[in-house]
Amino acid sequence: MDLSYGAEYEAFREEVRGFILANWSPAHARDTERVAAFRLQATEAGYLYRSIPRRFGGSEQPADVLRAQVIQEEFSRARAPMEVVGNGVRMLVPTLLECGAEWQKEKFVPPTVRGEVDWAQGYSEPGSGSDLASVRTRGELVGDEWVINGQKIWTSRAHLCRYMFALVRTEPEAPKHQGISYLLLDLDQPGVTIRPLKQVTGQSEFNEVFFDDARTPADWIVGQRGEGWQVSRSTLKHERTGIGNAETYLVQFSKLLGVARSATKNGRPAIEDPVVQDRLAEIEGYLQSHKYSTYRQLSMNLAGKDPGPVTTMNKLVVTNLGHQIAALAQDLIGDDSLLLPVYGRDRKVGNERWMNQFFGSLGVAIAGGTSNIQRNIIGERGYGLPRDNVVPGGKASPDRKGGDGS
Amino acid sequence: MNFDLSEEQTALQDSVGRFFQAELDQTRLLKIFDSDDGHDAQLWKALGDLGVLGLMIDERYGGTGLEMLDAAAVAEVLGYHAAPGPHLGQVLAALAIAQCDDDALKERWLPRLASGESIGTVALAEAGNAWQPNEWTLIKSSTLSGSKRNVLYAQHADIMVVGVAGGQLMLVEHPGESAEISELPGLDGTRRIDHVVFNDTPAVALNGSAGKLRDAACVLLAADAFGGARRCVDMAVDYALTREQFGQVIGAFQALKHQLANVAADIEPARGLYWYAAHAFDAVPEDAERMAALAKAHLAERFLNAAREATQAHGGIAYTWEYPLHVWLKRAVFDRMYLGETSVHRARVAQLSSWAEAS
Repeated sequence: MDLSYGAEYEAFREEVRGFILANWSPAHARDTERVAAFRLQATEAGYLYRSIPRRFGGSEQPADVLRAQVIQEEFSRARAPMEVVGNGVRMLVPTLLECGAEWQKEKFVPPTVRGEVDWAQGYSEPGSGSDLASVRTRGELVGDEWVINGQKIWTSRAHLCRYMFALVRTEPEAPKHQGISYLLLDLDQPGVTIRPLKQVTGQSEFNEVFFDDARTPADWIVGQRGEGWQVSRSTLKHERTGIGNAETYLVQFSKLLGVARSATKNGRPAIEDPVVQDRLAEIEGYLQSHKYSTYRQLSMNLAGKDPGPVTTMNKLVVTNLGHQIAALAQDLIGDDSLLLPVYGRDRKVGNERWMNQFFGSLGVAIAGGTSNIQRNIIGERGYGLPRDNVVPGGKASPDRKGGDGS
Repeated sequence: MNFDLSEEQTALQDSVGRFFQAELDQTRLLKIFDSDDGHDAQLWKALGDLGVLGLMIDERYGGTGLEMLDAAAVAEVLGYHAAPGPHLGQVLAALAIAQCDDDALKERWLPRLASGESIGTVALAEAGNAWQPNEWTLIKSSTLSGSKRNVLYAQHADIMVVGVAGGQLMLVEHPGESAEISELPGLDGTRRIDHVVFNDTPAVALNGSAGKLRDAACVLLAADAFGGARRCVDMAVDYALTREQFGQVIGAFQALKHQLANVAADIEPARGLYWYAAHAFDAVPEDAERMAALAKAHLAERFLNAAREATQAHGGIAYTWEYPLHVWLKRAVFDRMYLGETSVHRARVAQLSSWAEAS
């Protein structure tokens, strides 16, 4: 058992620390220009966009899980900006690099990684959530354009995004999974109506998007006609692995300790209360388990070994962690939880900001495959339990492989 | 970074697992569980021959000279198979003797403990759930008087390490000759417990840390609990894949599938928790006590939960004595209560973490 990263990686860690120290201060966090400039520097130095070729705006580094881990640890610790957050970088870029045409990579990847354009993910529809492959939004090739009609929903930040990548049914006669194409489109056009949905938080982060003869060029398709389902698989995979990160929850837990120190119970700091300590220690048990579970998965990946069923559990595990942290935080902040947290970076926010974490934890339980879908995946892929019954005939395709619609 | 068992450790786990697969079928397990003394001398000797009893004993005393991580990896396998017998006390007694500086004692006892020829145990708990070293009240003296509860296999023990006031340790040789030992009607038939009354019982002081002994016990219980919990999941999954109702195997029903997924996700990630606790015991002294307490608290809870859920998943068959799931259910209760219940260890975690100090 060797938990050290070894001399080579510790030297690398020093290098990363030195870089951050020289180029970043948390005081710059709200200065978008400085953030963008820092990202460029960090990319130049080989720390960000490591798997993206230089000609597309990446740093084109050899795959090295440990270096990536060190970078993530050091950037998180210093609260330095990492890659642009959003569906563009997280989902579309890897998809384009894997399946896109050369011109598509040239046109779309560089501005996306620079954070100049953002992408909405046009997947879910009112009738297609967990059963994503049942999408009904239609695309017809008319001349040299796709003409799109239908509706998407839960499209995060669509009202702020320039483009969308979407699953669209272009082959209505084909079986469910073979009738979908992966199209790119400009949201800034008359055929597209975006209606923000007001969320439980009171904020509007996601939207309904209506297509009424919306148009996109014939060659704005990734992969071939009818291959959209397979093309989209790589992005879903990215979304699922992206959420299973212990660092986020280690930081959340240390903030929770901060609340427990400042809150009082029976006239004493809540952190000294035996019940609070017991609950903190319970969460710590899950948190440290997940931390060492990720170390183990990392080590086994490095050695080319299969970590087993645990890889199917990461999302459910962090969902549960977020839920436990939210529950204790609410008890610690007491009646501050009756307040609606105000948004906007310049407003003064009190303890009720933990209600954002509470609502966020509910969002994590849904986004990227609900917890019940995760349980299907664990049972079916992890432990070989029979797949859920799929209604035969109709739109259900006989090649359906799992309860998650893959 | 290599946070994984070594090839040798994995091979060790495999060989011990194969041994139990071959030697301890359900019939034999239940027979030992139901026997008068919960000790199968033949199985015990075989375990000694296999080297399982002397893993942490120095090679010069006939052991294998390995570390806690190796012993814990094996303890996981013991838990998985609900291995019955006195090995927990054996390993702890050997540790207590190994960490003292009395070479004559080591020469006398360690080789016999490694082979299994002698049986060792530890007497920790006193009345009132007093398991922790700072709660022990027996007066340290050349003879001991007073009583200890829940002593593993005291009736079989050739030596007994006894916790005394001030969190110190003493050794009683041949306790059967000098102490009054009576069997307690224990719940877990795979780990028998006795009540021991000392009455001017001759004892010698063992220098060395009682805290370290407690940490070792915590890690071994955590590893046992992980193995046991994994077995509960495996048994429930097997059952879900064979039992049919409404014309299909019950594992096809989402209610059961999700229940099993929840249990699996509850325990499977915790493998590294006991690994790291064991590793800290061996190599990271500043983390050792806290991680041992955390692993014991967390995994003992997980095991009991897994055993409960597995019982529920099986239905009526699990509620019978004949079907062996109850062996793990009772083992889970043991792992959780032995050395103090979960809240005791969570309170220690809180204290050892210095959470109250602003970071």
